[in-house]
Amino acid sequence: MAKRIDVKDLDIYYGDFKAVEGVTMTVEPRSVTSFIGPSGCGKSTVLRTLNRMHEVIPGGRVHGSVMLDDQDLYASSMDPVAVRRTVGMVFQRPNPFPTMSIRDNVAAGLKLNGMRGKKQLDEVVERSLKSANLWNEVKDRLDKPGAGLSGGQQQRLCIARAIAVSPQVLLMDEPCSALDPISTLAIEDLVNELKSTYTIVIVTHNMQQAARVSDQTAFFNLKATGEPGRLVEVGDTQRIFSNPTEKATEDYISGRFG
Amino acid sequence: MSAVQVDTTTTAPPAPPAPPRRPELASKSSSRAVKDLIARIVMWTAFFVAVIPLVWILASVLLKGGQMLLESQWWTNSQAGITPRKVGGGAAHAIQGTLYMALVTAAMSVPIGVLTAVYLVEYGRGRLARLVSFMVDILTGIPSIVAALFIYALWVSTIGLQRVPFAVTLALVILMIPTVVRSTEEMLKLVPNELREASYALGVPKWKTIMKVVLPTAFSGIITGILLGLARVMGETAPLIILGPYTKVIASDLFGGLMATLPTMINNDRGENLQPALDRVWGAALTLILLIFLLNLLGRFIGRFSKVKS
Repeated sequence: MAKRIDVKDLDIYYGDFKAVEGVTMTVEPRSVTSFIGPSGCGKSTVLRTLNRMHEVIPGGRVHGSVMLDDQDLYASSMDPVAVRRTVGMVFQRPNPFPTMSIRDNVAAGLKLNGMRGKKQLDEVVERSLKSANLWNEVKDRLDKPGAGLSGGQQQRLCIARAIAVSPQVLLMDEPCSALDPISTLAIEDLVNELKSTYTIVIVTHNMQQAARVSDQTAFFNLKATGEPGRLVEVGDTQRIFSNPTEKATEDYISGRFG
Repeated sequence: MSAVQVDTTTTAPPAPPAPPRRPELASKSSSRAVKDLIARIVMWTAFFVAVIPLVWILASVLLKGGQMLLESQWWTNSQAGITPRKVGGGAAHAIQGTLYMALVTAAMSVPIGVLTAVYLVEYGRGRLARLVSFMVDILTGIPSIVAALFIYALWVSTIGLQRVPFAVTLALVILMIPTVVRSTEEMLKLVPNELREASYALGVPKWKTIMKVVLPTAFSGIITGILLGLARVMGETAPLIILGPYTKVIASDLFGGLMATLPTMINNDRGENLQPALDRVWGAALTLILLIFLLNLLGRFIGRFSKVKS
């Protein structure tokens, strides 16, 4: 189910502005890879290129290649909509659809893509909510609006919604930055469980979180404001945090800047 | 980036302590109190000046027309066979005509207006979008009589057709489209981008995202805008006078004959200097105000259930 991502010589642009330069890295299947780095270094931008969400922004474009196993995500024959069905995403702020109930939120991806059959959908809803550790909290109020849940529950609802379409890869863009510590812990536990099934890439501002949840860590940085961000170092999380190769990584991790 | 250690030992000796400022804390500035008073007076005066004509109009229309609306035949009968000299008859023909034309106008302008707004917010980039937006701005400023004369020139002078109720609705469509476009545009802009992204990230195509996520989220706001636009158009008189002459009987054919409306009923009866006719003028005026008021109320009521919080 889970797939490997190979990024090669990736340059990312917003219009004429080069936001990120020369990223080359591999994300292993069934593992958690975290992106860390100071604000504006392009880690979220890189994340969004992994499911072609970057080009949703006007002027957004890339050079280079992103391979999902042996498929080039940026091949001209590749349908970005199909890419996003394979590579799911969870956003910084919980964003359940306000017009939909909890059940419909989870089923949204399937329903909007034309899946019918209440029984089948109910099964998917239950399975996804169970995987997102939310089933026990909401099973009696599946018809209530999704926006009525707490922030942490909403974020788990969004994770359930993302995994309901059975993606191969799950991208998480600072999924805990709007949450309190207890909800954060719940999400981190969930990430740990999900990595047995999915390839997970998580962007985080919280270095402890990166150290706790990820197997592999990528450190992004920029030389100066206005310069493109770049991948400084990527490797085993333990090694990055205990014995980084680059001076910049060590400075960032030990809190000397950022 | 890294914290800079500032060496403070070599700087100048500390400045002398600031003089005590306690008295200023306690006493109120009298000049500020005067300015406050003046501002209050100006504000309240402006408010009353603005409200007086409104209250005046409402009061006199209510006083002079209220009696007519209390009779049940006002709502059920037409003016068929009633001369200006005679008391009696109702406004059913005009009420029906006004609502009928409003409905047809809405049926034409809502799809065009909403889809234009969807284009402007969701798809429009570059020159064409700017042009469309500019055109909508121009349309907003078109006086109703110009819209009416345009349709007259097109419908009667160029194509050579009769003046029919449908021609009136065409002129009203021109007047209603810009308000629908602008209000829908505002509501669509209020839908957070995060919801669109969430939908894209689930592998939902853009058109489906707009149909199933964006439009439902903005639905009640769009309806409110449409109803307010409709309320405005219902009171328009110039297109009716030019394209839709008055008749005293109930009519339902859009493409043939005449159809009465409240504004033309007012315009027709006001010419007669006879009390029964004048009573009907006030009655029709009050009915029109009431209809528009109800539509406004409905619009605001639906707006309260808006899913998008601004």
